[in-house]
Amino acid sequence: MEAKTLVLGVIGSDVHAVGNKILEISLKEAGFTVVNLGVLVSQKEFVEAAVETNADAIMVSSLYGHGEIDVRGLREALIEAGIGDILMYIGGYLVVGSQEWSEVESKFKQLGFDRVYPPSTLPEDFIPGLKDDLGM
Amino acid sequence: MKDVTFLVDIGSTFTKVTAVDVEKRRIQSQSSAPTTPKDVSAGLQNALEGLKLTRGELQSAQVLACSSAAGGLRMVAIGLVEDLTAKAAKQAALGAGARVLKTFSFQLTEEDRAEITQLKPDIILLAGGTDGGNTENILHNAKVLASLPTAVPVVIAGNRSVAQEVAQSFPASFSTYIAANVMPQIGKLQVEPAREAIRKVFMEKIIYAKGLTKASRLIDSIFMPTPAAVLRAGQLLSQGTAITKGWGDCLIVDVGGATTDVHSLGEGMPTKAGVVVRGLPEPFAKRTVEGDLGVRVSVLSLMEAVSARVLAQDTNWSESQVEDRIRLLNAQPETLPQDAEEELFDQVLGHQAVKLGVGRHVGRLSELYTPSGLVWIQDGKDLSKVKRIIGTGGVLINSRDPLAVLEGAQQESTSLLELRPESPNYFLDGDYILAAMGLLAQEQPEVALTVLQNSLREYELTRRDK
Repeated sequence: MEAKTLVLGVIGSDVHAVGNKILEISLKEAGFTVVNLGVLVSQKEFVEAAVETNADAIMVSSLYGHGEIDVRGLREALIEAGIGDILMYIGGYLVVGSQEWSEVESKFKQLGFDRVYPPSTLPEDFIPGLKDDLGM
Repeated sequence: MKDVTFLVDIGSTFTKVTAVDVEKRRIQSQSSAPTTPKDVSAGLQNALEGLKLTRGELQSAQVLACSSAAGGLRMVAIGLVEDLTAKAAKQAALGAGARVLKTFSFQLTEEDRAEITQLKPDIILLAGGTDGGNTENILHNAKVLASLPTAVPVVIAGNRSVAQEVAQSFPASFSTYIAANVMPQIGKLQVEPAREAIRKVFMEKIIYAKGLTKASRLIDSIFMPTPAAVLRAGQLLSQGTAITKGWGDCLIVDVGGATTDVHSLGEGMPTKAGVVVRGLPEPFAKRTVEGDLGVRVSVLSLMEAVSARVLAQDTNWSESQVEDRIRLLNAQPETLPQDAEEELFDQVLGHQAVKLGVGRHVGRLSELYTPSGLVWIQDGKDLSKVKRIIGTGGVLINSRDPLAVLEGAQQESTSLLELRPESPNYFLDGDYILAAMGLLAQEQPEVALTVLQNSLREYELTRRDK
């Protein structure tokens, strides 16, 4: 079976590079084809990379609290680009301060993410679920 | 080894021949004659006769040629996403020495098909999808192109997984060539195989359609579009050979009546700390062509880009004088300056064309404030440390003050975010041999490099009155 392709990146004006590398390595080890866009990735770059590579999922990280503003309209942009039903995950320090996680999760689900992960999520915590979602 | 090699540059107006003494590593003689468009062999024969050779010398010598006659190599580039494979395809075509008539992205429509029919490209470069990535788009576009009313050679340089299928979408009347993907993965540019395929098609197909059939009997090999030969010369000059060290990063500028070409040789990585590079990687040998910046045919769009006010300031003319002169130059492109004022006017036009052309070629910096502080973003190549700028082409070579024209390339206090050369030395291709040495580089790189370096050193441009 062909490996699934994931587009990975840290969105917005966020320069946190370490977690991004760890994710890349773990996802590659788990058998995925990883297109890592690195840090400071714009919505446009996520959309375009997913189109060219025919990606199966988009994995967004945000670690500086401004994620909500950065991801607004991303699902809509994907719909415009003709890949509106692509699987999309987000994880990291998504909001500033200590908001109730269930609220944060439902907020980002409304923004078009299929799964939302809190800080300190380890790769092994979400990779099995990702494989399930992709029918692997 | 043959003693003399003839390098021929068949231009749209002149056919130029340079004879190089391979043993002594120097230019033996040069000659030119008007190009004869219907059958270029006559013009070539005339140019060769200008060298006053014996029949024996002529028969034993090797003749290599490049051509920009009959409108040059006209191409259309097609990709998927505008900033990714479409941009990579355009870059590959430009690097192959083509005039890119238009770049298309996403799925071609009926209107696009009609437009391509009208543009009548010599070659179509079809890309789209990274390897293992999107396949639908390139297959769709192949089907659209396959229904063009006249067959066009197609170079396929897209998603590897469907390259064969794409080729099979075309009827037998189309010749198709498969090259490696111009963008095998996101963030990786691979333009060389496509450039090579384009050159092959140019040699096999295009030269016959451009009145070069008969000439090819006089010519041994290596037919390439002239801009590709110039880029090749730049590459040799910059990187050197296994034995001789090159000059390092260079910029080559060619101002013409219709376009301004800029070639850069260099990686263009950041030279300052704290800079993050964005966007598609840039090829080491990069060529851009500005179709709106020229000093004759394109002079109206040049004025539009610069503004009549700036031209008036630089020339001390009134704006209406400037506009009149521009209209005249556009209507009668063969006009030559008759006095010092008109000469200065041409010089100012050239300076502005260089300034804008280089400004668009080089990368730029932008500031980004992040919660963790200021970050500099670099798009394109950082050419600020480039030490050598070389001017070529008729306008610069015939200019009385080529340095004043070329200095348009340099960094100024008003353009600090553009990554232009900060303190370069200037050289002129005074013997008009860049293209010729690009040809020779294929066979005799050592000889070509020596001849080129010696010639350019002769024409180093400096301000004596400083």
